[in-house]
Amino acid sequence: MLFYGVDLSSRLMLGTARYPSPAVLTEAIKASGAGVVTVSLRRESGSERAGQSFWSLVRSLGVRVLPNTAGCHSVKEAVTTAHMARELFDTTWIKLEVIGDSDTLQPDVFGLVEAARILSDDGFDVLPYTTEDLVVAERLVEAGCRVLMPWGAPIGSARGLNNVYGLRSLRAHFPDIPLVVDAGLGVPSHAAAAMELGYDAVLLNTAVAEAGDPVGMARAFALAVEAGRAAFLARPMEPRDMAVPSTPVIGKAALGD
Amino acid sequence: MRIFLNDDARDVEPGTLAAALESLGYGGRKIATAVNGRFVAAPARPATKLTDGDRIEVVAPMQGG
Repeated sequence: MLFYGVDLSSRLMLGTARYPSPAVLTEAIKASGAGVVTVSLRRESGSERAGQSFWSLVRSLGVRVLPNTAGCHSVKEAVTTAHMARELFDTTWIKLEVIGDSDTLQPDVFGLVEAARILSDDGFDVLPYTTEDLVVAERLVEAGCRVLMPWGAPIGSARGLNNVYGLRSLRAHFPDIPLVVDAGLGVPSHAAAAMELGYDAVLLNTAVAEAGDPVGMARAFALAVEAGRAAFLARPMEPRDMAVPSTPVIGKAALGD
Repeated sequence: MRIFLNDDARDVEPGTLAAALESLGYGGRKIATAVNGRFVAAPARPATKLTDGDRIEVVAPMQGG
């Protein structure tokens, strides 16, 4: 699976926020098998060291980082944050978020397309957090995005795949663009469902970080992603409205009156 | 000279962004910076002169989703 020319072995991408401790974060990442983890950047005073120790931890894990522009509500904010992230994390990859609504954290897709174009033109490899809207997806591809990351449901909501039809349509319209369901997953079956639709990967955070046992849940998601992918490759049967007996009827003993 | 570091008013000697960061305890740290909303890359900090009232943003790696 190639994302911007980088071969990724794992189809599970994991966020690094909200874990009970750095030790649990470390073990959860290992249990998930994730090769890409999302990170962010926040203000730090001259006397603080939290950011420096977090960076040391991430580097020790040997995973690729995908910085985000979480919390940005304007194109200018997102573009400036992306520039800071590129320097800070020494990567051209950026998970581009331009938030349009504070309650649902729904992307501002108009600002998203504009920011994606600016950043792509400036050499960034943009992974946009978007909706499942086909036309927006087309605009993002035109803007230079070579990976799309539609939401399953609002960030942190654990609602799973809110619009399976829309996600399936997106997959059908963009057979050659890597697609990642990003956000809204709550349990491993949600991740398996996304993979069964033919999505290339899933990105999640809260479902693992806020589970009672984050390390156990990371392992469960890894298994679900693997199972869902294997199911997709095995070509699932089509659903039917009526029953079809699985046991052959021919040759059944005639025992009625 | 008074600047605003991550919204906090701080008094620093007149000079460059690089010098201000050093005096404020950021020496050798993994950070990224902006002045008045514009990104300032690390190599440009020594040549970036600060003026009274400038708003400096200093960010570091952080957990994210």
